[in-house]
Amino acid sequence: MLHDRDRIFTNLYGERPWNLEAARRRGDWDGTKDIILKGRDWLVNEMKVSGLRGRGGAGFPTGLKWSFMPKQADGPVYLVVNADESEPGTCKDREIIRNEPHKLIEGCLLAGAAMGCTAGYIYIRGEFVQEAKILQAAIDEAYAAGLLGKNACGSGYDFELYLHRGAGAYICGEETGLLESLEGKKGQPRLKPPFPAAVGLYGRPTTVNNVETIAVAPTIFRRGAAWFAGLGRPNNTGTKIFCISGHVNRPCTVEEEMGIPLKTLLEKHAGGVRGGWDNLLAVIPGGSSVPLIPKEICDTVRMDFDSLREVQSGLGTAGVIVMDRSTDIVKAIARLSRFYMHESCGQCTPCREGTGWLWRMMERMAEGEAELAEIDQLLDVTKEIEGHTICALGDAAAWPVQGLIRHFRGELERRIRDRKLLARQAA
Amino acid sequence: MSGPSLGPKQPYGAMAPDVATFAFTAENLEEAKRILARYPAGRQASAVLPLLHLAQAQHGGWLPKAALDYVADFLGMARIRVYEVATFYDMFNIEPVGRVQVRVCTTTPCWLCGSDAVLRAAREVLGCEPGQSSPDGRFFLREFECLGACANAPVLWIDDHFYEDLTYETARAVLEAVVRGERPKPGPQSGRKGSMPAGGKTTLFEVGE
Ligand code: FES
Repeated sequence: MLHDRDRIFTNLYGERPWNLEAARRRGDWDGTKDIILKGRDWLVNEMKVSGLRGRGGAGFPTGLKWSFMPKQADGPVYLVVNADESEPGTCKDREIIRNEPHKLIEGCLLAGAAMGCTAGYIYIRGEFVQEAKILQAAIDEAYAAGLLGKNACGSGYDFELYLHRGAGAYICGEETGLLESLEGKKGQPRLKPPFPAAVGLYGRPTTVNNVETIAVAPTIFRRGAAWFAGLGRPNNTGTKIFCISGHVNRPCTVEEEMGIPLKTLLEKHAGGVRGGWDNLLAVIPGGSSVPLIPKEICDTVRMDFDSLREVQSGLGTAGVIVMDRSTDIVKAIARLSRFYMHESCGQCTPCREGTGWLWRMMERMAEGEAELAEIDQLLDVTKEIEGHTICALGDAAAWPVQGLIRHFRGELERRIRDRKLLARQAA
Repeated sequence: MSGPSLGPKQPYGAMAPDVATFAFTAENLEEAKRILARYPAGRQASAVLPLLHLAQAQHGGWLPKAALDYVADFLGMARIRVYEVATFYDMFNIEPVGRVQVRVCTTTPCWLCGSDAVLRAAREVLGCEPGQSSPDGRFFLREFECLGACANAPVLWIDDHFYEDLTYETARAVLEAVVRGERPKPGPQSGRKGSMPAGGKTTLFEVGE
């Protein structure tokens, strides 16, 4: 279990002000110049050694991603921060932005220095109006104090940082959809390759990182990669903000150690499952895109990338959605199918058409209005979408349904049989 | 349904009318220039979302075609590109709607925590269905997808503020206050601090200042 002294986000709940003065008292912006002066190679290597894996969902090693940026580039090079937090179940970046904006801003400067970026854009979802106001005010404070801009922190390094507001489209959380949107277009993801590190924003080398990934960077550089790597488990290092929603007694966000058992996480911080642990039906452990896991798996599983992959789910964004035995599990997943249908950008046929099929079939499944053979047909539709689209939204639409069929096929069958029985009795 | 006409006052005014021409106010023009300065020369199309936000706020919650054309011309973009953008993003309304935007999150985490009851409260208080404006034209009600505040579910988003940890009763109270022209205090209506566990935190006891 994580000690308070190892927690990075000490103002996670906004108990103290977000401003520069208060942030400095928490240790932000301490010795930033000296860290920059250690140079690109040191920064990238330190990030590699820390073992940090991207906190936006995919879990790609951050240091490795940073190392893909060209060593020499004439002209602009960009850092883009993905603050388009909209994966259902996820509400961690919001807390960082409104309560710890200076960790994010200092992280942008250091990540920029590590990759030789000339400027950074933070793309924040349009719905976060208050959060955007706070973040802009914090950026203004940092400029006024000489921490950003020309000769940032007196380091000799020039770095501009801008805030950009989105306007309500989940797909802009996909990194190339985000870049399209930032260029003033519809947020339709790009084909890869080329990858953003080669051809990104305005055709220039670009790295897109999640808010939490960037916001933990300054503390890693200050306390050392070994400190971060010593927390959590091998290949799953460090701390993580978990967002716990649904049927727990006390929903919350909390920073914990990677690899904490799910049961401990829920019981220690969220007041446990409503009605007790035995009243648990299933958990979606990493935001809506990852397959649910039933109670038997929840009993023992640990919350990290590799442990959750072993049980055919994923850590994703660590948005933990808890469902007790009162839940209509088919409806809960059908609502996610509606979400993906609504958010499909329409570019790839399997996703544009398939997400609608999934939702319509799932609505019928919820009422048992189907034939038994249609369960396999539904599974088949998910397979036709999965892996056949430009971006991962198609996969994200397929996986929750696959998880439902994998663990609750019996429930789907029961509804279909019950309905048929009822129809026969009525006849 | 209980009607929305609680009292004769209309502090927000009725729906903004369609207009033949549109231009930023002097104040918004300054803001638009500040926004443009964030993007490199020749990349001013990047400002399209922020400028559409500005235009929509100026025009009372929706974007007439004249406003889309104005933004397109302002940025030197083909008008069709701006239409594409305005129809792609959920926050933009391109048909007349009520000035006050009331959005109920109904995605699974909010649904698990009772968003059906919040939606019912909104329909009763505003007197309209999701996707419609209230009969007096002051409010626009819609369902919205996950607002990124799920640990404070269910969530109601009114204009620029989130109302969180709602029940049927507190959602009604918030909405009735808004209909009266008041601005109830945003955030968790349960009284807890942010997304801290209700009843007290479980971490962060040993942090200094
Ligand atoms: S589901 Fe409503 S805020 Fe996330």
